[in-house]
Amino acid sequence: MIDSDVLERVLASAVRTGADFAEVYAEDKRSTSAALDDGKVEQVTSGRDRGAGIRVVKGDTTGFAHTADLSEAGLRAAAEAAAAAASQGDGITRTISLTRSDPRIVSPVRRHPDDVHTADKVAVLQRLDEAARSASGSIVQVTAGYGDSRKRILVANTDGVFVTDEQVRTLLRINAVANADTGMQTGYDSAGHTGGFELVDVIDVEGLARNAARIALTKLDARPAPSGALPVVIQRGSGGVLFHEACGHGLEADLVAKGGSVYRGKQGELVASPLVTLVDDGTMTGEWGAIGYDDEGHPSQYNVLIQDGVLTDYMWDFLRARKEGRPQSGNGRRQGYQYLPMVRMTNTYVLNGADDPDDIVRATDYGVYVAKLGGGSVNTASGDFVFGMTEAYLIENGQITEPLREGNLIGNGPQVLHDIDMLGNDFAMGNPGTCGKDGQGVPVGDGQPTLRVKSLTIGGTAA
Amino acid sequence: MSEQLQAIADQVIAQAAPGEHVEAFVSRGIETDIRVYQGEVEHFVSAQSEGIGIRVIRDGRTGFAYAGTLDPSAIAAVLADARENVQFGTPDEWAGLADPDGVDVVAQQLWNDDLAAYATEAKIQLAKDLERLTLGKDSRVRVDDSNYADAAVENAVASTSGVRRSGRENGCYVSVGTLADDGDETQTGFGFSVGRSPDEFELDKAAREAADRATRLLGATKPASQRITVVLDPYVTASFLGVISSTLNGEAVAKGRSLFRDRIGDTVANPIVTLVDDPTNPLAYTATDLDGEGLAARRNVLIDDGVLHGFVHNSYSARRAGTSSTGNAVRGGYAGTPGVGCLALQLRPGTRDQAAIVSGIDHGVLIQAVQGLHSGVNPVSGDFSVGASGLLITNGEVGAPIREFTIASTLQRMLLDIVEIGGDIDWLPMRAAGVSLVIRDITLSGA
Repeated sequence: MIDSDVLERVLASAVRTGADFAEVYAEDKRSTSAALDDGKVEQVTSGRDRGAGIRVVKGDTTGFAHTADLSEAGLRAAAEAAAAAASQGDGITRTISLTRSDPRIVSPVRRHPDDVHTADKVAVLQRLDEAARSASGSIVQVTAGYGDSRKRILVANTDGVFVTDEQVRTLLRINAVANADTGMQTGYDSAGHTGGFELVDVIDVEGLARNAARIALTKLDARPAPSGALPVVIQRGSGGVLFHEACGHGLEADLVAKGGSVYRGKQGELVASPLVTLVDDGTMTGEWGAIGYDDEGHPSQYNVLIQDGVLTDYMWDFLRARKEGRPQSGNGRRQGYQYLPMVRMTNTYVLNGADDPDDIVRATDYGVYVAKLGGGSVNTASGDFVFGMTEAYLIENGQITEPLREGNLIGNGPQVLHDIDMLGNDFAMGNPGTCGKDGQGVPVGDGQPTLRVKSLTIGGTAA
Repeated sequence: MSEQLQAIADQVIAQAAPGEHVEAFVSRGIETDIRVYQGEVEHFVSAQSEGIGIRVIRDGRTGFAYAGTLDPSAIAAVLADARENVQFGTPDEWAGLADPDGVDVVAQQLWNDDLAAYATEAKIQLAKDLERLTLGKDSRVRVDDSNYADAAVENAVASTSGVRRSGRENGCYVSVGTLADDGDETQTGFGFSVGRSPDEFELDKAAREAADRATRLLGATKPASQRITVVLDPYVTASFLGVISSTLNGEAVAKGRSLFRDRIGDTVANPIVTLVDDPTNPLAYTATDLDGEGLAARRNVLIDDGVLHGFVHNSYSARRAGTSSTGNAVRGGYAGTPGVGCLALQLRPGTRDQAAIVSGIDHGVLIQAVQGLHSGVNPVSGDFSVGASGLLITNGEVGAPIREFTIASTLQRMLLDIVEIGGDIDWLPMRAAGVSLVIRDITLSGA
């Protein structure tokens, strides 16, 4: 994308006013998306985004500017704007010498989206639509989406780091609407990976559509969810968002540093049930949050955050790690070249426990079984979080019985982690997600075995 | 500047082949984002962006492409991509671009030269002042970040159907995030102030709100589950109206995804409820003169004295419904095609302020924040369940703080269960104006 001698000169000009650190992050991204709605392929969209963001750090101040012009003149103009934003200082000459690191192939791409004809991508949407509609005459509307993105990134900084990474992602999503006398209900499912068009060979495309239809149809007979605190069993692969919200964000070092996390100062302490070992793993091949290098040029890592209930470490980006004089953890990520990086999760998951998942349900007299969670959000300072249940059932006398209507669950992160009293041996990763923080979205994965929280507040309307 | 963008859009549509309908949307923006922490600049972001989105329609098939640059070779590639994509669309008899409809534009004051000329040092100082003012409000309060941000955007649209419009807009805001501590407990708050120029900021009010929001929840407990009357703070009401608006979206209606389809003329809300979408009201933060397809923005009545009066449309949903666009095409920028959405919602206000409303309630909750609107509300089924925090109301007085509970009902029931609309309208920086709203018979789930 940019030659190393150009990068060296641009970085040198960025620190000429006395800055401690400068970085060039460049990306070249192509994307294809297609949407089917109401039986029609509404449109195919092609996107091109290419540009560079230049960050200059002096003391505790970061200056940042970006440009869509990747010529040396364009990069130098952005470097000077970023330097001016960071500091007003005297002329200093520093020589920058970059050492290029080898690419890391964490997620091999078998069918690169560039080599797949658009007609083949669109044809998948028709398959999804037909499969969902053929599930039942009560399916009255279907929306299906296909998206792929091919992002090449380059990171170079005044510490000599020089890496490139290619991130290819492919996603399918489907939403079905079912209608009956009881009203309308929706069902949603998605599948995605860090990889190419081979996604459609790896997953059961029609099965994905049928599942979305099944969820919508099931809810036609759903009764209002209970209101109040009950035991909640969360199906494997559907509840990783619980950990993402209940503690993941609170373990991000930027929030911890400012005292905006309930987990501040808790390293070495028991913060969860001893059943829980929580990992953030950017190296997990093919998963939605997998990366070769993070967006600050550091290799992705496998990081244990909670070991047997004890908080072992936070997640770090370059700035926070530098301030603490410790290694970063490969968690510096950003939405695109127009954004500053910050501490972000990659694939966050809970390792297997020992319980048989059927035993977990059998051991529950009365509670809620959540088969699919929607999104969630957390207040990291108080620990209060919510997440939506989009497919849930009542548990009565150790059996899964009636379907429940949608609602939010609410809990307090530190409390809920301690309240996990059964953990299954059936680990699975969940649906691809987008994590939002400070206005930036990045792809993340999550996963967990079937587990039980002994008490969560269910926001239904039934007494 | 806008003339330059208009020329780019004009050049693209001039290349339309016979039988081809082409629309070009061109945009360019400059943003400043300054964050202060403990009296020092933590980051200073100076961002410039530009891009183009091109829509091509041929034989009822639509293709689209965009690029984040206005480089001439990239524009040519985008046009080629959009044309290439046409072949993959399904023919749709309603596909098409917006036709000029002769509705006059209500001019809005969207640009302020003072902001464009405002000095960088003064912007930094505003963020520092806000941090200092906030810290001075209460010794339990810490500031997480204090921000100044401004943005200027200009855009132009041209189409082979005869739309040709351009404009520019700027604005700025300051915001502050707070933390308040009491022993092991920490609560958060925020405050902000917006304006077309920094002269319009009310820094002290923003600081006061940020401190109050964080401190008033200290010591909050989890309430018992019950059915109860809630008073939504204006900020919460604005979020609630945003949810309601997605059920009044003409595209959702046409595609059978609105719980209000086939309900025009029915009573869907308490008769005190009149809901309008009026981007021509200059008081509205999102007031605008044009919609995303370049048609005049206009006032539309959605619910009139409790009766469902109409839906909002862009040109596509209007053609499907056999009606005309209501000027409600919304566009997120050059990277997307126009969808349908409300632009500036407003409930017809009542007469009493929040204190007077609360004084008439024996037992209720003043809801000051909700969480999980994106995860617990389904605008198709109408299920509504969100996390909440607020203050108990007992015998007409606001009392103890409560948190970690949910409030739930259905959108259908909530509109009918509205019992009072406050007179305290607040023109928030959202697509809906805020006002205190009283809703009865809500299920509160707690301990």
